[in-house]
Amino acid sequence: MLKAIGRVVLCKTVENSTSDSIQTGPVLQAVDVSLCYPGSREYVFNNVNLEIREQEVVALLGESGCGKTSLLNIVGGLFSPTSGSVAFYGKKIHSTPAKIAIVFQDACLLPWLTVAANVAFALRLKSLRVPADERKQRVQVALREVGLEDAADKYPAQLSGGMAQRTALARTLARQAELILLDEPFSSLDAITRKSMQELLLGIIHTHKSSALIVTHDIDEALIIADRLLLMTKEAGGANIADWDLGKILGNTREGEFGEAKRHRRSTAFMDLREEISSRLAQGARGAALTNSCGL
Amino acid sequence: MANWQKKISDNYMVWNFCIPVAGPFAFLLFWWCATHLLSDSTPMAAYFMPEKAWQAALHAFDSGVLVGHTIDSLRRVFVGLLLALGVGIPIGLLVGSSRIFDRASNLFFQLLRMISPLSWMPLAVIILGIGDAPVYFLLGFAGVWPIILSVASGVAAIDPKWLNLAKSMAASKTEVLFHIIFPGIMDHILTGARLAVGVIWIVLVPAEMLGVQAGLGYFILDARDRMEYGDLVLTILYIGVLGAIIDYFARWLRQKWQAKYSNL
Repeated sequence: MLKAIGRVVLCKTVENSTSDSIQTGPVLQAVDVSLCYPGSREYVFNNVNLEIREQEVVALLGESGCGKTSLLNIVGGLFSPTSGSVAFYGKKIHSTPAKIAIVFQDACLLPWLTVAANVAFALRLKSLRVPADERKQRVQVALREVGLEDAADKYPAQLSGGMAQRTALARTLARQAELILLDEPFSSLDAITRKSMQELLLGIIHTHKSSALIVTHDIDEALIIADRLLLMTKEAGGANIADWDLGKILGNTREGEFGEAKRHRRSTAFMDLREEISSRLAQGARGAALTNSCGL
Repeated sequence: MANWQKKISDNYMVWNFCIPVAGPFAFLLFWWCATHLLSDSTPMAAYFMPEKAWQAALHAFDSGVLVGHTIDSLRRVFVGLLLALGVGIPIGLLVGSSRIFDRASNLFFQLLRMISPLSWMPLAVIILGIGDAPVYFLLGFAGVWPIILSVASGVAAIDPKWLNLAKSMAASKTEVLFHIIFPGIMDHILTGARLAVGVIWIVLVPAEMLGVQAGLGYFILDARDRMEYGDLVLTILYIGVLGAIIDYFARWLRQKWQAKYSNL
């Protein structure tokens, strides 16, 4: 079931895929991406390969400090990798394309704009330049989808953490991006809000038929929402990525109602997999601790 | 807090209306006593009594003589502030965003800042001629420093998350400047403008004593020459009151901005 992966990594297309979706080229493909921080000779990660296919939700799981946020920023075109390249629909990227939207850990709302103006922000920029009437309509729809139509005229200082993150999600929705990159978007929310936000996110990805890469350090979050799970662990000289096709192991979250998908994902397979990933994570942490002490 | 202090601070009328006027009232009393006591030994003191200023005030109110001078002075403050903002904001942006420019300019700016704007007066008159132009120059020069410093510290304090957000939305450099940086430093610009108005107001009076024929500074010298000492004292007080009102207005503007958008 599990594809164990070597040091230099993976993400091979799952052959004989049970889903009957037509296999098209990857939405996003990172080839042999490596990163060294300036002034350091040590790799944060080395020769990482990764691809996100159409309408796929990929979770990138890893302990904090293993470089997953840096990987997301590279994949999103915010930084350039030390070596390797990233392609969006087969075209190499050097900055963030308008069709990729990034949701940050922090809601990152602009305090001088109302909720509606924050949602409309990207639509006013030259890169998208959406006409005023369409912009208004997209903002309305996005706010309705996240349940904030009554808060349109509020300022960010008046919002709770959950509402702020909903606004950030609406801002992403309004852009109608084809790929959404999320960097631990719900980690600062309480457990109950987080759960409703996860459901909201899945529902949205489902209706918009977009693809998503979500970086998280929460195993349950990754197992519940993703079609594919990538586990990033730190090793001497770089990072290792292991890959599980959750759609095959646990059933697809997109098929049928979301509630049904959740039930599927509470099976024993779920618990076994959770156990396995936890132990891999723990091993990774021990390995990293060992490397660090050797380094000293 | 002692019991009587609490009683005072709890009484709305006393706390908001009686206590704040205690200082000016005490000053008035001191002024009255001093001029009356001195008038026996120094006859000149009689010209500066509060009564004289009061008579002058009634007369000025009647004739409206101060209105024209006030408008002239306020116009100069306004133009001086615009000049200071127009020059100070771009320089502040440059200082705040480029470490090289900051280091290269720092010593020079500190040196320029310490030169009293009035010392440029002869030079300004030679270059710009007599009239409003050298006064505008002096006021702009006086007001530009607090704006440069505020804007530079505002740019340095811009949340890097906002810049990252703009980058993730493929915003151009101009869009980042107008949609992120300007609104992001508005609070600092307002603070700088308030400090600049304070400095400009102080420099205004001596600047108007040189080479212009109207304005509050001119009116003080004019009152001296006419030996209308009531007018002179009145104008001094009037400048203080007007300056306080302008400062209050600038502070109110900034508080409005903060109350609406503060992210705390």
